[in-house]
Amino acid sequence: MYYIDPHIHMVSRTTDDYETLAKMGCVGVSEPAFWAGFDRGSVDSFRDYFRQLTDFERKRAAQYGIQHFTWLCINAKEAENVSLSREVIAMIPEFLDAPSVLGIGEIGLNKNTKNEATIFVEHLELAMQYNQQILIHTPHLADKYQGTRMILDMLCDDSRIDRSRVLVDHVEEHTVRHVLEEGFWAGMTLYPVSKCTPQRACDMVEMYGPERLLVNSAGDWGPSKPTAVPDFIIEMRRRGHSESLIRKVVYDNPVQFFSQSQGFNFKALDASETPATK
Amino acid sequence: MSIPMTASQVLDREFLEIRAKVLELAASFDRVDRAEGVVAGDPRLSLIHEAINVLQSDADDRAEQVQLIFSLHYNDEWQRQFDIASGG
Repeated sequence: MYYIDPHIHMVSRTTDDYETLAKMGCVGVSEPAFWAGFDRGSVDSFRDYFRQLTDFERKRAAQYGIQHFTWLCINAKEAENVSLSREVIAMIPEFLDAPSVLGIGEIGLNKNTKNEATIFVEHLELAMQYNQQILIHTPHLADKYQGTRMILDMLCDDSRIDRSRVLVDHVEEHTVRHVLEEGFWAGMTLYPVSKCTPQRACDMVEMYGPERLLVNSAGDWGPSKPTAVPDFIIEMRRRGHSESLIRKVVYDNPVQFFSQSQGFNFKALDASETPATK
Repeated sequence: MSIPMTASQVLDREFLEIRAKVLELAASFDRVDRAEGVVAGDPRLSLIHEAINVLQSDADDRAEQVQLIFSLHYNDEWQRQFDIASGG
């Protein structure tokens, strides 16, 4: 089955991973800007990173028939450095017209601090100013519930935001309902220990239905599995779910959400060729 | 939307997995007890015991309840305390 991974950090992965993803049926990836594992020291570091995201990764993915899209921001961890964050936010518009840029992300909270919230709101302002879609990171573990509620408060306070153009990622059992009930898209991240398993993601599809739900691997430089989305597909099949339902979550939904961005110049594959329609 | 499998089919499929997970928990507790030192007052242990109690209930949202046990409290006054307001 063809699928799109809507949240994966390919800058952290090898070219072999692109090949493996392609063999597993991956035809598109969306890569939000994130933390590199260390705090960067200058706005030029981010400028180079955004060049990597908008140019190099796109070409690397294309070698394997994978269409690469990206999101730009300074992540929540580095948002503690407010002055650097503001320099990066001021520089982001240089890249917003680059092909394959879908919007602002992954912005969000990490430890739910005042500085993080300040920079989150300033990213929202940037997104509104340039009519961009938004992809949001929610915190890990004990911070997730509090941070997700705080993020929803800030989003819902801003009447300019079109909720159908916002994806709140890394939802789990205690946050998914809040996100969906407020009208946002929700992403389930299949990630060892700190996020969700394929089995629990299937549970949430069964409990809440497939509308506005996405599933991703978030494959990055930490312990993670870039082929986690196929694990979800297999689990859904083993439970007896239809191919059309599975494809809605792993292909149709990402296409529907991303199509709201002018940077989503996705060339859809012929659906009649996919196993899902046989 | 419901799961296409019957409860019996789910249990058939997952019994050994559930058994293995319970066994891992039991072994973890034994390991803590075997090690030197005392953790009886560690608040993390209280959370774990609270979560295990949820597993023994017949609520239909046990995963959500367990998540909330391990979560920080949400205070709806946070924006006023941080002096943060969104635009628009």
